[in-house]
Amino acid sequence: MSLGLLLLLLLALGALGFLAGRQRALAAVRGDARDLHSLPGYYGQTVALFATVPALLLCLVWLVVQPAIVERSISALILPEDITAGSSLVLVMSDVRRIAEGMDALAVAGAASEGEIAALVGQPDALKERLAQTGVALAAPILPHIAEAAQVWRAQTALGGQIMAAAVLALAVAGFLLALWRIAPEFRARNVVERFVRVLLVAASSVAILTTIGIIFSLVFESWHFFQLYPARDFFLSLTWAPKFGGGSDLGLWPLLWGTLYVSFIALLVAVPIGLMAAIYLSEYASPAVRAVAKPAIEVLAGIPSIVYGLFALMTVGPFLRDWFAQPLGLGDSSSSVMTAGVVMGIMLIPYVSSLSDDIINAVPQSLRDGSYGLGATQSETIRQVVFPAALPGIVGAILMAASRAIGETMIVVLGAGAAAKLDLNPFEAMTTVTVKIVSQLTGDTEFASPETLVAFALGLTLFVFTLGLNILALYIVRKYREQYE
Amino acid sequence: MNDMRLTEKVVTETAKITARGVQVHYGTNHALKDVDVDILDKTVTAFIGPSGCGKSTFLRCLNRMNDTVASARVTGRIEMDGQDIYDPRVDPVQLRAKVGMVFQKPNPFPKSIYDNVAYGPKIHGLARGKAELDEIVETSLKKAALWNEVKDRLAAPGTGLSGGQQQRLCIARAVATSPEVLLMDEPCSALDPIATAQVEELIDELRAQFSVVIVTHSMQQAARVSQRTAFFHLGHLVEYGETGHIFTNPTDPRTEAYITGRIG
Ligand SMILES: Nc1ncnc2c1ncn2[C@@H]1O[C@H](COP(=O)(O)OP(=O)(O)OP(=O)(O)O)[C@@H](O)[C@H]1O
Ligand SMILES: [Mg+2]
Repeated sequence: MSLGLLLLLLLALGALGFLAGRQRALAAVRGDARDLHSLPGYYGQTVALFATVPALLLCLVWLVVQPAIVERSISALILPEDITAGSSLVLVMSDVRRIAEGMDALAVAGAASEGEIAALVGQPDALKERLAQTGVALAAPILPHIAEAAQVWRAQTALGGQIMAAAVLALAVAGFLLALWRIAPEFRARNVVERFVRVLLVAASSVAILTTIGIIFSLVFESWHFFQLYPARDFFLSLTWAPKFGGGSDLGLWPLLWGTLYVSFIALLVAVPIGLMAAIYLSEYASPAVRAVAKPAIEVLAGIPSIVYGLFALMTVGPFLRDWFAQPLGLGDSSSSVMTAGVVMGIMLIPYVSSLSDDIINAVPQSLRDGSYGLGATQSETIRQVVFPAALPGIVGAILMAASRAIGETMIVVLGAGAAAKLDLNPFEAMTTVTVKIVSQLTGDTEFASPETLVAFALGLTLFVFTLGLNILALYIVRKYREQYE
Repeated sequence: MNDMRLTEKVVTETAKITARGVQVHYGTNHALKDVDVDILDKTVTAFIGPSGCGKSTFLRCLNRMNDTVASARVTGRIEMDGQDIYDPRVDPVQLRAKVGMVFQKPNPFPKSIYDNVAYGPKIHGLARGKAELDEIVETSLKKAALWNEVKDRLAAPGTGLSGGQQQRLCIARAVATSPEVLLMDEPCSALDPIATAQVEELIDELRAQFSVVIVTHSMQQAARVSQRTAFFHLGHLVEYGETGHIFTNPTDPRTEAYITGRIG
């Protein structure tokens, strides 16, 4: 039975369970729903949930576990002489898997009956030819023993699938009947559904958290690999970044980190004053009509993909800064520069700063403003001396969030600041950032296990720790700010 | 106590503020209808009346705080010392420096206790130096009966004080700008009886220098602290006169019904 059909059956059983549960609950009180502990629909829901959820979970677990078990039993079949020189058990196993999949493809396409496939196992060359026709190309000739292993693989997988279908359906029917049997007027169906919902929500949030942990774990793991190949001292202390294909690279973090910090700094220099003033205008001065138009208009900036900003940097801002500032001032003639990327990134960040700050300024209680006006302060005095200080912690939080975005930005830097790793103070010089180098190290031609590639993970981890720190700081400050009014 | 008896004699019958035909609309809601009142100098005037009758609204007309409410429209004439305060030439910001206000809910700024009190004097340049500012802060806090409690922690945040202390801080803050009139909108509604007694005592002392207008829901409080009482009902000023007279001998049946607890 195919997986799709199985799922469809489960759903049908669930729907049936809902109707049956509802019906039975109503029948138990002769149609008077007021005698039930819960609304009739809840009884239906318990049956539907008991019928589908455990069965689905079993199905999920089975799908994960079965291939591992089959793989292990097949590995045991592989003899030492099946592994030719230069090969390994892993490679042989992947051949077995591909042959088995190819055979399945043949069977599904109707190109060969099961009998013909069984016959082909004895004729490796013919098998190889037939497999090539379905798109499974194998480099080496197929050993007969390997073809047999592939057949066993297929048999075991098919058997497993059948057992799974049977087990899942049995569980579903059992859940269905159990839930149906439990229905009685005093059965607390509502509370059962409530618990189910809670478990579902917990599961969803665990997925999010576990994924994050998984990402961190893989970063740490690969970074650890890197530090096995390349001394951590050099990575953290060297001032040169010069990867070479043949090995012997200098992989110093500082030129990249400097570029990241420099670009982010300029971006914040642009985004913070403009964003803050826009926020103050919007929350304190703008009439409701202006606000209704201006706030979404600014927020549209946040919806522009960063590659579009990158193009803007490349085509417009870069040449402009070069022609009007860098060259007249004698500071170089590169249109890619820290300044270009920083300014454009700053524009991108304006809506982050302004819309977060606007919310925070709006959250300052009106009574504080009234207090200040009541003492004869003007509007700008009130904003400067009462509203702004009250909102400051929240605003700092907003700025730190914008900063962590700036640090993670890649596209604008590639197109605006170039890819040359340099430690320089001149803002009109091309430089590059950590994120850009992560991309270029991973997309290069070098072997995956070399330090030149693995350094990307160490860089990623550094960046992660950096932004994590900023975010924690932001959260801490925002929380502190909240306490002030509670 | 001696002071009090002295000031009693000083009470003059000169009007500090005269209001004539004051009407307030919030959009289409006619909140205040044709109010005429004379607020006397160096006198405590109490505004009483059931909830929603327009006491706060009228109070906020006197320092033009209604200007900050977009939907509010004030008509009629309010004069302070003979000057129409709604005259376009009058700067509402300047006016509010002379007509201080204490709000129903304590609203200290998220600053230190010292800076809360020094806020007004700093904005209006009332002190010529640090020493003078220190003195203003100290005398204001003393007037608000808060000095002894906070003199050792002037740098602590004003928001960290108890509700009653916060309200007295707000009073000190208003007093520090040396207003000529002090408007208090239910200043004791968040206070316990002890703090209420302190604030009432303070109001009595302030009468020596300012005229004080206080909105209150407590008849006893109105009777204790005020010399004049105005009774508002559904946007009308129903009755206005000497406090003793209003409470013992009201002329309007609505006033009598309210103070005896039959409407409210
Ligand atoms: N900012 C505002 N916008 C619109 N309507 C308002 C506003 N403030 C007050 N009102 C309306 O004006 C009327 C008078 O309100 P006001 O606050 O003056 O009453 P009050 O006598 O102070 O009542 P309370 O004793 O409950 O404080 C009420 O009907 C109220 O709904
Ligand atoms: Mg009120």
